[in-house]
Amino acid sequence: MSVPIIEIIRATVGLSIQDMGRTGTTAIGLSQGGAMDKIALIEAAALLGKSHPSPAIEFMGVGGSLRVLCDMTVALTGGEMRAKIGDRRLQWNATHTLNSGDIIELSAPKSGVYGYVTPHAELATPRVFDSRSSHVSAGVGHWLQSGEIINGTPAPLARSMKIRAIDRLGGGTVRYLAGPQTDLFSDADLDRFHATQFRASHIANRRGVKVDFDGAPFTPQNAHSIVSDIIVTGDIQMTGDGEPYVLMSECQTMGGYPRIGTVIPADLPLLAQAKAGTPIRFEQITLGQADTIMADPISAATLSTRLSTLVRDPAEISDLVSYQLISGAITGYED
Amino acid sequence: MSPEIYTLGHDALLIRFAREASETATACVQVMLRLIDEADLPHVTEIAPALASVMLRFQGGTNVRSLLHQHLSDLIGKTDWSTVGAPTAKRRWIIPVCFDGDAAPHLAEVAQIAGKSEAAIIHDLENADVRVLALGFAPGQPYIGLLPQEWDMPRTSTLTAEVPAGALVTAVRQLVLFANPSPTGWRQIGMSAFKPFAPETDTPILLRAGDAMQFSRASADDIARLQASGDPKGGAICQSL
Repeated sequence: MSVPIIEIIRATVGLSIQDMGRTGTTAIGLSQGGAMDKIALIEAAALLGKSHPSPAIEFMGVGGSLRVLCDMTVALTGGEMRAKIGDRRLQWNATHTLNSGDIIELSAPKSGVYGYVTPHAELATPRVFDSRSSHVSAGVGHWLQSGEIINGTPAPLARSMKIRAIDRLGGGTVRYLAGPQTDLFSDADLDRFHATQFRASHIANRRGVKVDFDGAPFTPQNAHSIVSDIIVTGDIQMTGDGEPYVLMSECQTMGGYPRIGTVIPADLPLLAQAKAGTPIRFEQITLGQADTIMADPISAATLSTRLSTLVRDPAEISDLVSYQLISGAITGYED
Repeated sequence: MSPEIYTLGHDALLIRFAREASETATACVQVMLRLIDEADLPHVTEIAPALASVMLRFQGGTNVRSLLHQHLSDLIGKTDWSTVGAPTAKRRWIIPVCFDGDAAPHLAEVAQIAGKSEAAIIHDLENADVRVLALGFAPGQPYIGLLPQEWDMPRTSTLTAEVPAGALVTAVRQLVLFANPSPTGWRQIGMSAFKPFAPETDTPILLRAGDAMQFSRASADDIARLQASGDPKGGAICQSL
């Protein structure tokens, strides 16, 4: 049964409900959408003991606060936010069991950009084309607002766990595949593209992430009259000025700017989480290499080796005595 | 036309007929769509047309990609693409559009660029034999075309800050019916009450690539009344052909 489970106390820009997105909607003009860092949702599933990721609340570069309206276990993953309930600090990349009425306060991420709160309870927001993801630019869903109540189905409390997160918050090399328009770029420009040390730009949102660089623009040849063509998430698009953008979850489905290739899905979270100035490089890989990577995708099951029981450090507990008084006996499973 | 097959990302193939828009390329796309649809290919998760290409997404790795590549080569090889014409549309939409006053702020400019009178431009629109070429940019939003050669006009050099949802705009021999209020470099020449995307209804997406399109002239009052009615079709009629 669906009941109120979360109240948004303080919403900041870009707070939304996201899951793994949609498939099969390109033909109607709706791109994949879903969480910008899908690895964060898979890590949350592993932490919560679920086989498949469930919808989460995505924070885009800024903090906020939520009140839980029933006892519930939540997973905190993705870009590292400072999370606390009153004076009690909650470890990131871990699950925590909260009491009805608790207010979690979250800071802007200190590393990474997109932070996620995934309740063990199942959110019951409307499904559109088989997904609960908001895709605001397309008129699907909405940004969460202060005072909004989210309904869901309460779930049993889960044991507190932590996870050794996949390293992706500090930038690095993203791998991409050549595509139908790669030949619009000269060999010299492609070589230079691979040799260039890029930096994530401050121009970044759910549609795309721009990368900055020093040097001449990457100008395609004979591209002024090319017809609009299908765009997929991960495409590296060059604007008319020769500036690269990697198209992300909420990209348009069709466009006329030329594209060098397509970043593989496994490396998109690294781009999503790259704060302005974070170093980025591009490496072209073969289809064979991509197939090998995709044949062994990250899943809740493959992440299980990274899990361990969360044991609280007493130093993190601001007032151990009052904590015990409030919470009663500590069983070792709770936070 | 010599269609070529490319890989797009790790899980899609793209059949491209041309790099530039043309009647032949859009006709080839519609024929290819129908061939793929009839072939009922295995492992395919979605098929999406653009103006001169068709994308096929699949689930699977190297073997599935090779298999589909072979199927597509076979389909391509069975057709003489040099003689392809657009297949007969299966249905036709007749959509009320107002071409007057505030509904068509760029009509005079479009007429001037096309070298025609405003009346001739409206006559072209009322009598145009056009199709939904593709849905894209925003959910359900149709790219419609192709209009006569005189309509081959570039986008404006500066963007119009916002056209309303339902606006009929034109550039490069095409029309777009905007699903949402949007900035655009296309010129607005009409206004409808048609909502290409109605997420709250049973049929959120009304149009399909290949649908024939016709515009019936309506007054500003008609459009206002249709908008107020709340019907996402905005008075449009869909005929089976």
